[in-house]
Amino acid sequence: MSETKSVGYWGSVWQKLKKDKLAMAALIIVLVLFGVAIFQNFLAGNKPIILKYQNEYYFPVLFRYNKFFGTDFKQLDINSTKGDFAIFPPVRFSPTENDLLSVLIPPSKEHLFGTDDRGRDVLSRMIHGARISLSIGFVAVGIAAIIGILLGGIAGYYGGSVDFIVSRLFEVMMTFPVFFLILTILAFRDPSIYNIMIVIGATSWTGIARLIRAQFLQLRQFDYVDAAVALGGNDWRVMMKHMLPNSLAPVLVDISFGISGAILVESGLSFLGFGVPPPEPSWGDILSQSQRYVDFAWWLVLFPGAAIFVTVTSFNLLGEGFRNAIDPKFLGSE
Amino acid sequence: MRDYIFKRLLLLIPTLFGITLITFFIIQLAPGNPVERKLQLDQGIQAEAITQQIVEETKKLYGLDKPIYVRYGIWLKQIVTLDFGRSYKDHRPVINKIAERIPITLTLNIISIILIYLIAIPIGVYSAVSHGRFSERISTFFLFILYSIPSFWMAMILIFFLGGGDYWDLFPVYGILSPGAENYPFFPKAINFLWHIALPVFCLTYGSLAYLSRFQKGSLLEVLREDFVRTATAKGLPRHKVILKHALRNALIPIITILAGILPAMIGGSVIIESIFSIPGIGQLGFESVLSRDYPVIMAIATISAVLTLFGILIADLIYVLVDPRISFEAKK
Amino acid sequence: MDNVLEIKDLRISFASDGKRVEVVGGISINVPKGKIIGVVGESGCGKTVTALSVMRLIPEPPGKIDSGEIIFDGADLLHYSDRDMRSIRGNRISMIFQEPISSLNPVFTVGNQIEEALSTHLNLSKQERKERVLELLTLVGIPAPQRRMHNYPHEMSGGMSQRVMIAMALACNPEVLIADEPTTALDVTIQAGILELINDLRVKMGMAVLLITHDLGIIAEVADEVYVMYAGKVVEHGYTADIFREPHHPYTVGLLNSVPGLQENKEMLNAIPGVVPSPDNFPDGCRFQDRCPLVIDKCRTDEPLLEQVGNAHTAACWRRAEVKKIEN
Repeated sequence: MSETKSVGYWGSVWQKLKKDKLAMAALIIVLVLFGVAIFQNFLAGNKPIILKYQNEYYFPVLFRYNKFFGTDFKQLDINSTKGDFAIFPPVRFSPTENDLLSVLIPPSKEHLFGTDDRGRDVLSRMIHGARISLSIGFVAVGIAAIIGILLGGIAGYYGGSVDFIVSRLFEVMMTFPVFFLILTILAFRDPSIYNIMIVIGATSWTGIARLIRAQFLQLRQFDYVDAAVALGGNDWRVMMKHMLPNSLAPVLVDISFGISGAILVESGLSFLGFGVPPPEPSWGDILSQSQRYVDFAWWLVLFPGAAIFVTVTSFNLLGEGFRNAIDPKFLGSE
Repeated sequence: MRDYIFKRLLLLIPTLFGITLITFFIIQLAPGNPVERKLQLDQGIQAEAITQQIVEETKKLYGLDKPIYVRYGIWLKQIVTLDFGRSYKDHRPVINKIAERIPITLTLNIISIILIYLIAIPIGVYSAVSHGRFSERISTFFLFILYSIPSFWMAMILIFFLGGGDYWDLFPVYGILSPGAENYPFFPKAINFLWHIALPVFCLTYGSLAYLSRFQKGSLLEVLREDFVRTATAKGLPRHKVILKHALRNALIPIITILAGILPAMIGGSVIIESIFSIPGIGQLGFESVLSRDYPVIMAIATISAVLTLFGILIADLIYVLVDPRISFEAKK
Repeated sequence: MDNVLEIKDLRISFASDGKRVEVVGGISINVPKGKIIGVVGESGCGKTVTALSVMRLIPEPPGKIDSGEIIFDGADLLHYSDRDMRSIRGNRISMIFQEPISSLNPVFTVGNQIEEALSTHLNLSKQERKERVLELLTLVGIPAPQRRMHNYPHEMSGGMSQRVMIAMALACNPEVLIADEPTTALDVTIQAGILELINDLRVKMGMAVLLITHDLGIIAEVADEVYVMYAGKVVEHGYTADIFREPHHPYTVGLLNSVPGLQENKEMLNAIPGVVPSPDNFPDGCRFQDRCPLVIDKCRTDEPLLEQVGNAHTAACWRRAEVKKIEN
């Protein structure tokens, strides 16, 4: 038999994941979404990326220039000085640009995805919505993961009565209908992007917590943990250094599904009008408008819904891929 | 067995207690509580969206100006006596408003759950038995897509295509009865009702259905690997009996526990669906109350939903005990 | 002596990583009526696969019976339709497995499962079935059968569950019982009881037993004849007494030497050095070559076939005449 170099645990997980074509496709989509979110101003906006005006170079997307404060770049007369040019983002509209003369236009050459009821370009709003959705997804799940790992770890590590009390807490959190709970809290505190992140994070940690608790309970019985404790490590150190790294793999699965769940929740909240406050664009918000114009404005139904769907599906597929790559029962191609 | 039930009921108490605590904590977030007032005064900020009236009423209802243990006592009393105060909107007792809406939400959810189980289990069995075949891969893929469609998007798509407008007009999208239908005799009224709830029930059902059928498939596939399945075949039993009698019976057991997980999701999911389709249920009431900051109603719904879910979980656990002889053996010990 | 079951030149392969590997390479086993035939060998030698193939219980992907015959009642089982096989299984040929508790369905009572064996093949009334269940439970030595038949498998001990399995297997008076490692998962103290039971029932009911095991001790106790298997091949066959007294294959000798108690006082256990080659890596020639103390060049090129070495005693080794009980 040929010798293969050992790639370590994560290496082998990655190798198995690579074989899963759907998961790889999902990963690519996620990376593209990331790209869109990061470079949103390069993709859609009413400021040029590069501007040569009166023989000076400017980069309005990257820097703010006092000189151009309040200017509508599109009206700028760049033909006056020879050699001037402006390179605009491919979608020349900002997400917040109202144009009451172009209200509710179906997709056309100028507005590829149509406009909404305030004349705002839908494609631009969609592109800028990516950053909102992704950042809420990641931060919320990040918060949930921290809470979940902490509580689950404490329950699993100490066991006994500590475990009993913390497990009751898990149960309590699981009995609340999460979506309504989030609405409730937001009703008391008014939605803002940060509130939403915190609230989603604070209500969706139970899955991760139970996972970590189960792992820690199991690992606790292994001798190497006792050895670490006997060698004088304090509890915290033992947990972080010895137990946590071995428990992280299944948590990755939950994190992936958690992100798709968070994005779904955020879209739902925006749909109901309880999401990120205007004028920030959110996919759910665009979809929400469609309720009023559902008879004809199919573009308000299709595009934001499809974006949410694709994003959620991609993270779900990634989660599935992780799950299959980690599960020792996974047989690979037969 | 009785001991087990008793022990289980005892475990409910700390959880119920926890529910009261968490809901209490949420109330403390209400604007106008003493700490926040002080902060705002110190910084000269005024709460805009909340009128002074609401602040005052909330303070009175929950005793926010009193010491914390008194506040908690007030809240506990409200829960136990089911007296959640009066709605800010129409000053009717909260409990009445909820009581008149529960039947509708419950009906929708129960119909939905029945449909889910009736459809998902056969699909799951079929998927497991035909695992790997082309037709199975297609149906699994299709179910996965279905599962990933956000419910509000699905609702909008259904309304767009089936609810009037440019395409077909097959289903109503508003309310649970056509105007005047309250006076119909029983059967036509029932049909009219079902016609109205067709789309909302579909939206409530399709996601969980897709999820459950995948779960059932996985569960059955696992059971089919067990030793006793081989024994059943070695006894000379025909394949359909091996699968449906021996394997399925075991594979159904985890499905029941899923029921406990579906319940809270249903109550929450109702909020969106009921709002879109204007169904006069608890979900719509909850949403309207959130919009108008009708705190007494909001807190009542949150608390009652949690308690109902808790009992749902308890029932699921009990069914599990009844159905799996291994567990009841443990319980008997 | 009439053979009730004849396995002829059976070849079985499995798909592994896109290739087909042969796990049983042409073996022949004859089971005479009413005798206990032992098949002994290490894990992975193909003995369990052989047993499963008689019942056609090999999962057809990834496994495949490539060639050979299994003659029972004048017909080749390998050509039987699914329906015909079903009337054989649990009825004329039965099988019991290694892990008795997990081989029984946890959600049905023990009595229920035995009764199912009856209702599948026999036409008895409900009352008759119930009586037969009690009869069977008594036959296999389970006390208080009236109570026990309402027990679930996890409520019984390993030994008792195995007796239940035996009862279930014997319900329809089969002509052959295949026992795949029936005592391996049981305590040593229980093992003897089960073996004794199998032997008694064999005599009482006149059925043949194909006993699969890795334990030579069990063979010594109850088997009339022994087939020694290694890496998918039969390397030696004969009456039990002959095999133990005068083995003619180095592997058999190695097995005998490694059993504690069958040798004189030794301080160390004698293991056979090396490991069984994996099916995708069988060497040319004799498959035992890398572990054999008597290996010569010929062994590496020509595969030895079973040749007569005594009365009804065959061995597959080029140096079979020189094989003695090797002292280490």
